[in-house]
Amino acid sequence: MTKVLTDARSIRIKGRSFLAVVLSPDLPFDDWLVRLDDLAARSAGFFLGRPVVLDVADLPIDRTQLKELLGEFAQRNVSIMGIEGARPSILAQGMPPALKGGKPVSDEAVAKEPIIELRNSQSKPVAAEVRPASQSIIIREPVRSGQSVIFPEGDVTVIGSVASGAEIIAGGSVHIYGTLRGRAMAGSVGNASARIFCRKLEAELLAIDGVYKMAEDMPPGLRGQPVQLWLEGDTIMAETLI
Amino acid sequence: MGKVIVVTSGKGGVGKTTSSAALGAALAQRGEKVAVVDFDVGLRNLDLVMGAERRVVYDLVNVIQGEAKLPQALIRDKRLETLFLLPASQTRDKDALTPEGVERVMGELKRYFDWIICDSPAGIERGATLAMRHADMAVVVTNPEVSSVRDSDRIIGLLDAKTLKAERGERMEKHLLLTRYDANRAERGDMLKVDDVLEILSIPLIGIIPESMDVLRASNIGAPVTLADARSTPALAYFDAARRLSGEVLPITIPGEKRGIFGKIFGRKAA
Repeated sequence: MTKVLTDARSIRIKGRSFLAVVLSPDLPFDDWLVRLDDLAARSAGFFLGRPVVLDVADLPIDRTQLKELLGEFAQRNVSIMGIEGARPSILAQGMPPALKGGKPVSDEAVAKEPIIELRNSQSKPVAAEVRPASQSIIIREPVRSGQSVIFPEGDVTVIGSVASGAEIIAGGSVHIYGTLRGRAMAGSVGNASARIFCRKLEAELLAIDGVYKMAEDMPPGLRGQPVQLWLEGDTIMAETLI
Repeated sequence: MGKVIVVTSGKGGVGKTTSSAALGAALAQRGEKVAVVDFDVGLRNLDLVMGAERRVVYDLVNVIQGEAKLPQALIRDKRLETLFLLPASQTRDKDALTPEGVERVMGELKRYFDWIICDSPAGIERGATLAMRHADMAVVVTNPEVSSVRDSDRIIGLLDAKTLKAERGERMEKHLLLTRYDANRAERGDMLKVDDVLEILSIPLIGIIPESMDVLRASNIGAPVTLADARSTPALAYFDAARRLSGEVLPITIPGEKRGIFGKIFGRKAA
């Protein structure tokens, strides 16, 4: 049983990661801004056209202070693309969006310019993340609501169910030895040959290589069945497994 | 050293406080020393359910902030001398709970009591995460309906991530307590069936508490249901759950179903 699940004109939504400079100001802001100006004077144009994320985690500031700080950045032509570590209560309309889940990268990746002290304390060189060579991970327990498994490097295998409200995002294929109730996205970094396999399909959303399919668009005959899904052109195909 | 149990659910109104009081009283009736701790700072209820609301002088926040000693804040139950309540503060909010303060209080309670039952507030924020932080085992209270089940699933994920046990790389023991179960409505399809809930949550079941007027009546007279009417069906189900918490293996019965079903349910353990 093979079914065509999408028409040719689907919208593609993909995840992509970019490198941003993170500024972590400390209090009092006046002193810190003086040092920032000093830095900018020594390295002209460092912030020009660069995506900058503001890290305000652990800073005891309120909304007004954050607004003023953003104003100071605007005056210096530093465009803040996102705010990390902010309590929701200090964010307001018109501010850059809140970001989370940032990972540190090596200093060399950030600046081709001479080494620049971005944090005020002694520089702590961040060890480059060591990626395991393996191209798949195996999760041996159920993936619970609210959890996400993100593995751009390859396949994800789950021995257990994926709950409603959970998500699996894999660079390669997704294998669920249980019920898939949440979301599964295979080939998330551009891999049209990735597939999704599950023992019982109750998914909220499925995606392969950016082509999406909501639960409502799936033929009812597939629900509750063991299913595999793959991509042909821009069309998600599905068939039941024996 | 005492064992710390967190009674949690994510969703509100599913029966955490009722179950905390009932399990606490059931364990205390076996002669064990039990402290029930109300973590719902700002919306305290446990004192009412345990009939101690007029005897609250100091509370958890006072102890955490050093304004009172733990023995001053603990309220001994009038009916059971091994049952104690540590009430929450009604006039503060959850920000008054500090991780260090909670750690100190839990450490002290563990020295004096066999069981410490932490009644978690609803939600997944500070109050709930601090209530589960020091737990040795968790009782996940769930109603047989989809939103409660999904919230419980979320809480199970947090129990495996945000507790001290999880951070030490150990496995948190989790038990499912299905409350407000109505066999007729489950049969008609208005409610999830026991098997469906177990299939989704996949943690072992320690009891099914039937939907019953006895629970409401007990709350209104300010007594845990296991004290108010020890022979009512919900009380019996709580007594069995308390025995399972202490490690006994008992067959689980689904309230309101015919005997024939017992064979299927007997000795079941979810994966």
